[in-house]
Amino acid sequence: MTRICIDPISRVEGHGKITLQQNKQQVITQARLHIAEFRGFEKFIQGRPYWEVPVLVQRLCGICPVSHHLAAAKAGDMLVGAKQLTPTAEKMRRLMHFGQVLQSHALHFFHLSSPDLLFGYDDEVRHRNIVGVIQDFPDLAKQGVLLRKYGQEVIRITSGKRIHGTGAIPGGINKCLTTDDRDFLLKDIDQIVEWGVSAVGIFKKIFYEHADYHQQFARIESNMVSLVRADGALELYDGGLRVRSADNRLLFDHQNTNNYLDLINEHVESWSYMKFPFLKSLGVEKGWYRVGPLARMNNCDFISTPLAQQERQEFMKLNNGLPVQFTLAYHWARLIELLHCAESIRELLPDTDLLSGELTVKGDMQQTGIGVIEAPRGTLFHHYEINEEGLVTKANLIVSTTHNNQAMNESIRHVANQYISGNEITEPLLNQLEVAVRAYDPCLSCATHALGQMPLEVNLLDENGLILDKKIKSSNYAG
Amino acid sequence: MPAFKIDDQEVEFIPGQSVMQAALAADIYIPHLCFHEDFKAHGSCRICLVMQNGRYLSACTIPAVEGMDIINIRDDVQEQRKQLLELLFIEGNHVCPSCEKSGSCSLQSVAEFCGLLSPSLPFMYPNRSVDASHADFLLDFNRCILCELCVRASRDVDGKSVFGISGRGSNAHLVVNSADGKLVSSSFEKTDRAASICPVGVILPKHRGFKVPIGKREFDVTAINERRENDAG
Repeated sequence: MTRICIDPISRVEGHGKITLQQNKQQVITQARLHIAEFRGFEKFIQGRPYWEVPVLVQRLCGICPVSHHLAAAKAGDMLVGAKQLTPTAEKMRRLMHFGQVLQSHALHFFHLSSPDLLFGYDDEVRHRNIVGVIQDFPDLAKQGVLLRKYGQEVIRITSGKRIHGTGAIPGGINKCLTTDDRDFLLKDIDQIVEWGVSAVGIFKKIFYEHADYHQQFARIESNMVSLVRADGALELYDGGLRVRSADNRLLFDHQNTNNYLDLINEHVESWSYMKFPFLKSLGVEKGWYRVGPLARMNNCDFISTPLAQQERQEFMKLNNGLPVQFTLAYHWARLIELLHCAESIRELLPDTDLLSGELTVKGDMQQTGIGVIEAPRGTLFHHYEINEEGLVTKANLIVSTTHNNQAMNESIRHVANQYISGNEITEPLLNQLEVAVRAYDPCLSCATHALGQMPLEVNLLDENGLILDKKIKSSNYAG
Repeated sequence: MPAFKIDDQEVEFIPGQSVMQAALAADIYIPHLCFHEDFKAHGSCRICLVMQNGRYLSACTIPAVEGMDIINIRDDVQEQRKQLLELLFIEGNHVCPSCEKSGSCSLQSVAEFCGLLSPSLPFMYPNRSVDASHADFLLDFNRCILCELCVRASRDVDGKSVFGISGRGSNAHLVVNSADGKLVSSSFEKTDRAASICPVGVILPKHRGFKVPIGKREFDVTAINERRENDAG
């Protein structure tokens, strides 16, 4: 038995380490993505007042802080007894969230993942990064940067800052748009939608050029979990839980998110700070699942905006209407969602509820608050208990990376078995392992609430656990 | 009227006024934390130190004297203030990113005015508590800078003496004057002057954090060096 360890993983936020174990036939029998850091938000928010939590917990992440902000605010809504937000509050939050998913998806695809897809995995590391994209594909790079910028402007206008603002509060929001704000965003939205269409087109072009390769890369079959709207539409802000099995059976549908603990449990492995969630009804072995753009695209019945819906129809033909399972389809689904967000912003901006109206509502205080939202990389659960004084006594956060934990391990094992050469960690193997992780997530930090950039270390061990080979890649967004 | 100079600017004063009072009357800002126009000068934070004849004096306690030549804004004076401010930051638990007082906090704003952007000394991370026992107000002792404005407001205006300072030296800390030390057991009320006097984020109304959006907070609207004490809510 041989074990390979990749440590650290690069262009992923957080510090990752991969260990691969080989048997005597040089087949990878075990792949483990270790998350080596621990941040511990669940612990240190204990004793803090609940109204501080939406602003505090968003510091988990610099890529998708708005999702944490909104999930915590939704939990806060429940705590303050706000059963139905005002139209102004709900629409402002949705606008903020569309901006968030738009900017995060643009960052994930253009800045972090497109270099792999455009240049190939054997391209020189010094070139295979966003700077290389800017040099070789300046128009594409510009679109990526400006798409992200637009999303960040939506966040700034709705929450006060591009990163770590304060817009959502328990029971509602603290501001609405001015007409200047609205007009500022309206000015560029047609261009943003156009670039959204073009982004999907770019991925499709890359995909179809090597369709077989892309379909087989890190391919696994899994259950899918996401929110859906009451009518089955793609939903990012609020909805019921839908669980679809790998063979396309609906295991649960429109489940109230407040009952998530009836559906999902987590188990712990001694080698990772990241927990392993699973569907209770299927058990630890078979109950693991995937969340995020791929799960959402497979789970929903349709998308409410026309251009994204058109793209989804083409996407779903890949597997004749059955769930699309290949891992790089995450990027395809991600870009369809990016387009959906751009279209949704365009639909929402003329709504006069954004300009005025009641900002907050309150009811009878509760001591349990659960907020569930679709973060860019998947379903995000925030669950808080507070005491009579309003201080947090318990918190449970299940983030998208954690949901995908087992799936990432499975994808890594698949890639390793495809590309391992003897008992040596080659550069292409290292790169392809990273590409697999990056398809799910550039962001391992929030999964353990760990801080830092994401270097990659890979170790290859034999059956006795002795290191046969070790490769380390330094932390570097730009390669 | 008699006059003196602050940074070469002529400042008239009424005999009996402190340098700080005369400066504020002339719309000259001297950074400060424990001074408030409504209360007797305390002289404890030392942030208002100015230089006169090569010596540092606290502007809030030194009487204005004709012919004084005060240095207020100069690098060496600001450097002294920055050191004092840094000590205040490291001695408490001031987590600005998640503090609802951020943007309306005098400590944060004075530090920004003086150019203290990040402390260089190690944080002490004292173990301090939160008292949320009162129905309307919360006390977060992590953020106390011992300015005693609440002590003075409660004693001198509210006539209650709800707050006090206990301990000495580095063990000095804010306490509530009640049998069990809890705010709920004191005579504190939300209409008290002490309820709205805290320059940092210790005494805060419950259930309403972050209600004021970024851009509309106290020091977003008016920089600390451009406003008067009683402009604040």
